[in-house]
Amino acid sequence: MSTQAHQAGAGFFRKYLWATDHKIIAMQYLFTGMIMAIIGGFMAYVFRMQLAFPSQHVPGYGVVSPGEYNSLVTMHGTIMIFWVAMPVLIAAFGNFLIPLMVGCDDMAFPRINRLSFQVFFLSAVVLLASFLVKGGAFGGAWTAYPPLSASGAYNLEPIGASMWLVAVALEFVAFLLGGINFVVTTLNGRAPGMKMYDIPIMVWMVVLASILFMFSVGPLIAGAVMLFFDQNLGTGFYNPTQGGDPLLWQHLFWFFGHPEVYVVLLPAMGIVAEVLSVFSRKKLFGYKTVLHTAWGVGVLSFVVWAHHQFVAGIDPRMANVFTITTLLISIPVAEMVFVYIATLYGGSIRLTTPMLWALAFIAEFMIGGVSGIFLGASASDIYFHDTYFLVAHFHYTFFPIAFIAVFAGLTYWYPKMFGRMLNETLGKIHFWGTIIAVNVIFIPLFITGAAGDQRRIYSYAQFSEQARPGLQDLRMTATFALLVFIAFQFVFLFNFLWSLRRGKRAEANPWLANTLEWTVPSPPPHGNFAELPTVYRGPYEYGSPGRELDYWPQNAPS
Amino acid sequence: MMKPIATSRSATGIPTARLVTWWVIASEIFIFGGLLASYVMHRLAHPEWAAAAAHTNEWAGGFNTFVLLTSSLSAVLAHKAADSGDGPKAARFLRLTALGGVIFLTVKAFEWTHEIREGFVLASGGFWSFYYFVAGLHALHVLAGLIIMLFVAVDAAKNQELQRVECVGLYWHFVDIIWIFLFPLLYIAR
Repeated sequence: MSTQAHQAGAGFFRKYLWATDHKIIAMQYLFTGMIMAIIGGFMAYVFRMQLAFPSQHVPGYGVVSPGEYNSLVTMHGTIMIFWVAMPVLIAAFGNFLIPLMVGCDDMAFPRINRLSFQVFFLSAVVLLASFLVKGGAFGGAWTAYPPLSASGAYNLEPIGASMWLVAVALEFVAFLLGGINFVVTTLNGRAPGMKMYDIPIMVWMVVLASILFMFSVGPLIAGAVMLFFDQNLGTGFYNPTQGGDPLLWQHLFWFFGHPEVYVVLLPAMGIVAEVLSVFSRKKLFGYKTVLHTAWGVGVLSFVVWAHHQFVAGIDPRMANVFTITTLLISIPVAEMVFVYIATLYGGSIRLTTPMLWALAFIAEFMIGGVSGIFLGASASDIYFHDTYFLVAHFHYTFFPIAFIAVFAGLTYWYPKMFGRMLNETLGKIHFWGTIIAVNVIFIPLFITGAAGDQRRIYSYAQFSEQARPGLQDLRMTATFALLVFIAFQFVFLFNFLWSLRRGKRAEANPWLANTLEWTVPSPPPHGNFAELPTVYRGPYEYGSPGRELDYWPQNAPS
Repeated sequence: MMKPIATSRSATGIPTARLVTWWVIASEIFIFGGLLASYVMHRLAHPEWAAAAAHTNEWAGGFNTFVLLTSSLSAVLAHKAADSGDGPKAARFLRLTALGGVIFLTVKAFEWTHEIREGFVLASGGFWSFYYFVAGLHALHVLAGLIIMLFVAVDAAKNQELQRVECVGLYWHFVDIIWIFLFPLLYIAR
């Protein structure tokens, strides 16, 4: 934990819990996110066991009741997106990397940064506390559609539903505060000489994600307050008998919810860009193309939201429009993937653990992207909607984002964060175990979904038209693969914790990379740079002809 | 606390304080924008809400519009004083602006008391739900703005952190502009 050891002369409380240093705040976000990931993963274990062995005792939990099942799937989705992907990808990596990568000593507003984490932590506490209240945690799905979410008489979790809303709203506030910091620090805090096109792609992606978040979440913050009023104060914003409209929530939710996919995708793409370029020892192919297509993705992501509502009774003419925009957005995303593959071409590739994760990201995310086309087209979506095909699809997008890219980033920046190297052998065991298991979890779910398995079903045996006993083997295969997957995560946790103390000491620049964070000691001291750097070139100058070294740090005066 | 070097840098040429204020305003525009769009769509679908809207007090709303717009003038004068380095004068104008906010909220309090006594509360139907929520959210922004303004005035009177005078003024103009949308949509539209 030596990153924190440098804020000299401060007590434990000021140093760790009341810190304004961006690196410590990053660690707070990272560890909170990791703990939430373990909680969210445990929930997946419990409900997958219920699906494989209906109504039997689940080791470590007990028998799952139908209401608990709903709470578990709702909270699994909520936690993994809002309390794992967001804090780790944006807040942890963004906080740690932005000041280091743009060459300044901290965030532009360190105390707002601290406030951001405190609000976030409070939101996590509220969310987890909702399991303990009367009626249990909210079980109306992570999308919280009214009327189910609006009335305790329907969802049977009157307190849990309101706590869910409060927690989500607080989480949004935390990321608004954090995001404004990221944007302003990148725009104004850059080292002298660092022009717009010299900013590492990772930093750009976190900034773009923060901008997308800021512009999409506003209406939903208002919408969440309205839903809270509907739950507790007798208003009828979403209730037709009182002049409201339940579809309004769906519009507000997905106007945020779809850009949110790209809010987490872009930082993942950023991590992969950094890792691919370093371990191909080659300049990132088409820096400006990546940046401009990312902007294109961002703009388009605001006009695709109603593809989540094809079966909700929207105007079919509108469905056509949203089908076209949805299929259009696959073009810039595919372009980014091609650019990444072009970066590999002719490079001298080093298959380190972070590189394996980055390559796996491209492969797995493409499965997610291609299966999305079936759901983005309204005609086929009417069949696939709310089946396990959809579940498999978005896990093939979110798992690469929230785990594969995060593992790429963690294994790549671990030496910088903690001053020690991770064990490569354990890293590769973890990699192969995870990647194989994940595919064995979700490929069977494509098949059960295409065969008609609806999602959010407690027990298929209870519905004659859903029973399909022939599919039970596939459902069980997915569950067994999940158990294997979980077992391999212990390898990572062991490697992570063991290397903190016993790993090989990391030099300042173990990967021979160009970006500014590698010019300071590992871990960086409080204030980051002994002497603030000046930047002379872009971040991806690898293998420049006529140079003795194959890398060229951004701050090296030619 | 020492300010980090990152706070004082200005790679874009725009002062950091002004830049962040604009980003805050941009994100606020989306909160109010989504809310107003929802209200307008509902209002178009429910012509009968006009009968409820007829119970609002346009004279009180009109007076408040006048007060809020006038207070923007003193916010501009405070900015001008701060630019010329006269902190105490900027502080006086900021306090005058905050007084405008206090008058606005007082009128609003009387207005709402009257409406609630007549039986029109948050849950009295679609129009009233939107009316209290949208205007209430705006009133919270007025309250927040005037409190921040009084804090900024304390520093400005000592000639400290004068760049904040402009920022709180920007925010105040934004709150004004929101009201310019709310007044016709909530009070006048039939």
